Amino acid sequence: MERMDGADVADVARARSGDESAFQALVERHSRQVFRLAYRMTGNEHDAEDVVQETFLKAYRRLQQFEERAHFGSWLYRIAANCAYDSLRSRKRREDQAPLPDQEEQEEAMVGATADAPSPERLVFSGQVQRRVESAMARLSERERAAFVLRHFEQLSTKEIGDTLGLDEGAVKHSVFRAVRKLRDALEPFVAPRARAEAR
Amino acid sequence: MTAHLSEEDLVLLHYGESQDPAAERAHLDACAECRGSYEGLERTLLAVSSSEVPERPAEYGRTVWWRLQPRLRESRSRAAAAWSRRVLPFAALAASLVLAFLLGRFTRERELQIAQPINEPARERILLVAVGEHLERSQMVLVELQNAGGSESVDISTERHWAEELVPANRLYRQAALRAGEPGVANVLDELERVLVEIANSPDRLGMPGLEQIKQRIESQGILFKVRVIGSQVREREQTRETKGNWSQS
Repeated sequence: MERMDGADVADVARARSGDESAFQALVERHSRQVFRLAYRMTGNEHDAEDVVQETFLKAYRRLQQFEERAHFGSWLYRIAANCAYDSLRSRKRREDQAPLPDQEEQEEAMVGATADAPSPERLVFSGQVQRRVESAMARLSERERAAFVLRHFEQLSTKEIGDTLGLDEGAVKHSVFRAVRKLRDALEPFVAPRARAEAR
Repeated sequence: MTAHLSEEDLVLLHYGESQDPAAERAHLDACAECRGSYEGLERTLLAVSSSEVPERPAEYGRTVWWRLQPRLRESRSRAAAAWSRRVLPFAALAASLVLAFLLGRFTRERELQIAQPINEPARERILLVAVGEHLERSQMVLVELQNAGGSESVDISTERHWAEELVPANRLYRQAALRAGEPGVANVLDELERVLVEIANSPDRLGMPGLEQIKQRIESQGILFKVRVIGSQVREREQTRETKGNWSQS
């Protein structure tokens, strides 16, 4: 996560006293990072953009509640994680899960891309991994996805994830385990043959 | 360590939350089966890490700001309206109560002489306006919570924060209503206060059982209905007072 504590402290103090340009500076400094987190959690750009807007709006409304001892970035990303979690849950209620692409087809394509494969094939493989990961992530429940993203990409501890999502530590651990297991089931047949090929 | 490591152990080890990482690492060195499993886990997670997020241009922050600005303006004007609705009547009532308290320290004879500037109808009108606004805000909190829902938990931080603000004001209005000889209003405020305290003491994110409990509390006591009834009665009386005041001024 971007750390700009000194500038943040000054801008938060000015924003709290009503200086809009100071809040603008905070928005401009943290937007990309909030988007990254929102995209990881929601898995699509449209929802991630909504989460970015919602996050800054909530932060603005709650700025007076922000404790100055705290780190603004962490506080903001917790709001973002919460907004993204809410967005995930409302979306899950609305839509059916997207079907995984045909597994055999993908495995065949991957096995074809061996260790000595030329660069374009490697690129194809990389694109396939990306799609495969996205599909596997889409299959996680909203709680599993949120807990896993905060653990894996944001490197939050189990306790911090629990505080952010309003879950106890046992539930967080369980969600991360389930997420990892599902990802492993979906991705290992895909990545293992490549690893074997590279080892040869 | 002789027993094989479970999948959970491997995940905790990978994320640095293992209870005994040295022993587990030593086991991995000695056990090909567990080591194979751990390497498989790392391969999977490495593939996950390699997935990319669409890049945003350098001026992205400015674009976010442009989209956000009108919403902030709207939020500010709403907050200002809510603040004036909330604070002005309360400040007027608080000022009159402080004045009454200070005056009470003097002799009754002196109090009667000095207290004349705030006449009884004016004081009642201040109380009615303040209580009316307070009941309206309380209704908003109760309605928001009754309409809240989700599959696992719901963020009630805004309603909880409002309830926190409403509790001390509610207490003051309840006491003022009792002093003003309004036991009906005081009773409803008493019931409302209990619900508000429960909401104010709830966590920011509430699980479904907790939310259902609050909803049931609101419904079983019919508190929302009572608040609406008293609120409309207070409004009517406030309007009557205002009309009388206007008539007597003209």
